[in-house]
Amino acid sequence: MLVLWSDVVVWLLVLSLVGFGWQLKRDALARERWRLVAQSHTALASSVILLWFVLIALADSIHWRTDDPYRPVVSVLDVALGKMATGQEKSYSAPFAIESLWKETRQTEDGSVIRAPVALKYAGTHLNDASEQATDIVQQSIFWLVVGAGLAAILVMLLARLRLFKDTDIPWRTAALTLVSLSALSAWLWGMGQSYHVLGTGKVGQDVLYETLKGVRTGMLIGGLTTLLTLPFAISLGIAAGYFKGWVDDAVQYTYTTLNAVPGVLLIASAMLLAQLYLAQHAELFASEQERADVRLLLVCLVLGLTGWTGLARILRAESLKLREMEYVKAAKAFGVSDGKIIGRHLLPNVGHLVLIAVVLDFSGLVLAEAVLSYVGIGVDPTMPSWGNMINLARQELNREPVVWWNLFGAFAGMFTLVLSANLLADRIQQVFNPRATRS
Amino acid sequence: MPTSLLAVEKLSVQLTDERKLVDDVSFSMQKGEVFALVGESGSGKSLTALALMRLLPGNMKLSGRVSLAESDLLSLSEAQMRQVRGGRIGMIFQEPMTALNPLMRVGDQIAEVLQLQTALRGSAQRQRVIELMEEVGIPDASERYNWYPHQLSGGQKQRIMIAMALAGEPELLIADEPTTALDVTIQAQVLELLLSLQQKRGLTILFITHDMGLVAQLAHRVGVMYKGKLIEVLAIEQFFKSAHHPYTRRLIANALPVTEFRSPVAHSETVLSTEALTVSFAGRRKGWLLRKQPDTIAVNGIDLHVNKGETLALVGESGCGKTTLAQALLKLVPAKGRISFLNHALIGMSEREMRPLRKHLQVVFQDPYGAFNPRMTVGKLIREGMDSLNVGEPSNRDARVAELLSLVGLEPAHAGRYPHEFSGGQRQRIGIARALAVEPSLIICDEPTSALDVTVRGQILTLLDELQQRMGVSYLFITHDLSIVPRIAHRVAVMQAGNIVETGTTEEVLTSPKEAYTQRLLASAPHRYLQQRLA
Repeated sequence: MLVLWSDVVVWLLVLSLVGFGWQLKRDALARERWRLVAQSHTALASSVILLWFVLIALADSIHWRTDDPYRPVVSVLDVALGKMATGQEKSYSAPFAIESLWKETRQTEDGSVIRAPVALKYAGTHLNDASEQATDIVQQSIFWLVVGAGLAAILVMLLARLRLFKDTDIPWRTAALTLVSLSALSAWLWGMGQSYHVLGTGKVGQDVLYETLKGVRTGMLIGGLTTLLTLPFAISLGIAAGYFKGWVDDAVQYTYTTLNAVPGVLLIASAMLLAQLYLAQHAELFASEQERADVRLLLVCLVLGLTGWTGLARILRAESLKLREMEYVKAAKAFGVSDGKIIGRHLLPNVGHLVLIAVVLDFSGLVLAEAVLSYVGIGVDPTMPSWGNMINLARQELNREPVVWWNLFGAFAGMFTLVLSANLLADRIQQVFNPRATRS
Repeated sequence: MPTSLLAVEKLSVQLTDERKLVDDVSFSMQKGEVFALVGESGSGKSLTALALMRLLPGNMKLSGRVSLAESDLLSLSEAQMRQVRGGRIGMIFQEPMTALNPLMRVGDQIAEVLQLQTALRGSAQRQRVIELMEEVGIPDASERYNWYPHQLSGGQKQRIMIAMALAGEPELLIADEPTTALDVTIQAQVLELLLSLQQKRGLTILFITHDMGLVAQLAHRVGVMYKGKLIEVLAIEQFFKSAHHPYTRRLIANALPVTEFRSPVAHSETVLSTEALTVSFAGRRKGWLLRKQPDTIAVNGIDLHVNKGETLALVGESGCGKTTLAQALLKLVPAKGRISFLNHALIGMSEREMRPLRKHLQVVFQDPYGAFNPRMTVGKLIREGMDSLNVGEPSNRDARVAELLSLVGLEPAHAGRYPHEFSGGQRQRIGIARALAVEPSLIICDEPTSALDVTVRGQILTLLDELQQRMGVSYLFITHDLSIVPRIAHRVAVMQAGNIVETGTTEEVLTSPKEAYTQRLLASAPHRYLQQRLA
């Protein structure tokens, strides 16, 4: 068993989410609001998809060491994906191909020298003849789609038996449909991934679908952790500035205006370059390459977090300025309630909706920010599977003939789904929790 | 037989969930008459007015028939309706601060109406705007054409609104609580203007209000709305003397001025007294090298005292410093001078020394919606003071909360609910329970009834009175509404621009005021007309 720092963080993030949900049981007002969120079809479907991403990230966050020198550290996800994870080819191959994209010069049995693609080591090996490939793909596809949909349907029926769908206002049908289609798609990807490279292979022969799935954890971690890192700064400084005014306000405003005045990418780039230098000079601190990459990932989050709190702090300052003049705050002062308690009891709960909206909106922005940073080479470690790195590689791959588009496509598909579902959910949350937004 | 200008038949406004907010309202208005639509907030009177203009929010459905001089308003296209709004029907809103565009010169805002509704252009248009501004009593109209709304006072802004409404030469003018946001003296001036315009131009006005005094002053006929229904339409003479409907009678009874005055409390110990109490806000330095602006003096050396078991009403118009004075007494703003409370000098006392005194000095606020943290249950809100100031045994506090809730006329079971589940009047009761929780000697009531409807206002005043008699608590009752003063106060202090201009027993001040300012205040109060009507 090997515990990486980022594993701890992922589990803590998920546990805090669970804790947040648990605490809702007591707060009737908030529960009612979340029920409103769940009443939207898109929000519910997005949540199911996001939950699926969370599960992938969790499975990828339990690591242990192996004796295999090529794969010293593996995760639950690596094992679960089976041949997708282990089937390493020599170089590029197209999606569903059974022959390589590159050509090799070799001698045939009759002695003539030809230059032709070679058969892949891990794709289509069960076929007797290349002509069977099309039929095989169709047959297997139908099989896996039915298996996936069937499993999900059984699960839904079991849940229905447990009378989990009592609340008739919530569109459970949509959730069930999303779950069934998601499950069918996943089963198909997994099943096909055992005998083909569904999204082809990359430069060093790694399965692109596998890389894409590994990128989920990186994306979720950067989005989630960074947002959480910004919160303490944004909440404490923003509320303090608005509530105390005077020199506290001046100091906080000065800090965030200064931070905002420096171009964000420049600040992040310089911080990351410094961190990289430190990591390179202290290579002995890390037992494996993976652990070093892990620390670098957390550093990216930290740097993004240190520069990302200003927007929310500004909003919270304005809201606190307003709230401190509310009569209930004055009433509390007339009761001799201390400043700390006023902030904790009267201000914080009343800016909660702003924090929530900011968290969900920032999440997707940060997933995209990671891609940008990795693209310019100052993001996560190049050895770490991440969508940014895949896009960075695709820069050269799109320039060759035949064009290798599947790395870009894999990263694009993963990012698109994650960011779109997060945004759709954020939209609904914003609609329900923002008192100024009009509800139709 | 005068011709009917506006005929409304079976007008209904429905929400998408079939709830009727305005229910089968039918009435007609003659040319040149002032028709008052009265009722409490939420009775549907403003919605009726908006429905006439077809300005309802998108989630509401409109049905019925509205005809304005033979044309059916509900069947007009949106483009034709735009010609009607601001043209054939003018409207004055309640809040002049938000009804004007802050970034547009006031003259241009009036000119915009002329641009849309008339053929006047260029200098003729400008000339007409200046005429209109003069007509509504704006001095130096040609100069003020170029002013922005923030440079005008509240009363002048409302005059501009009236000029805008008149610019399209409307057949019908809808005035939706046009003076509620204004001070009494300004209110009187605006009403006089409306009256004289009505007589001069023969205007037909649909006047929406909850103030019976205004009804008595202006209206020819009155329609009473209650829960979306128009329950009664009466001529003004019958309205005050022989209304049938019990609700109408209650409405009038609650608005009746009290003619019996409370006798002053026999001399007892003084709870609170101030000497030369002064609050000033430091002037801002505009830029590094410029001179500091002079300090603003909000409260200017005030002497007053409140005795045990007594109510002192502090009367004044908005901006006179009465709320600042209350905050200074609570030590929420820094002040100079002397405050003696239960024989302790409050000024110069640290917050720590102040804490034991806090429980004797409590406050009830004006806005029953802003006074409570929306995320705390009523029980927690009432407990907060007891917990913070350590009043009573912790184990008994929940029982005490229940006791307080029944004391102010609510159910003990309400402790588990959130403030938004209560009506305005109920919230004000919660506010009183919260103040009483720490067993105070003095409660500062900062306009506690000005956001409430008349009937609810009466209930709250009765409650405060009962509590005083039972517990001997003193009130410093801050208000701008002279009509409620005799119902609650033993003594009155009149405040103007940071100074107390007159003090005395309620009877002395209200029946034989000495100072000119007090006389002007009394003369402006609309309930004067009510007395005339009833006499």
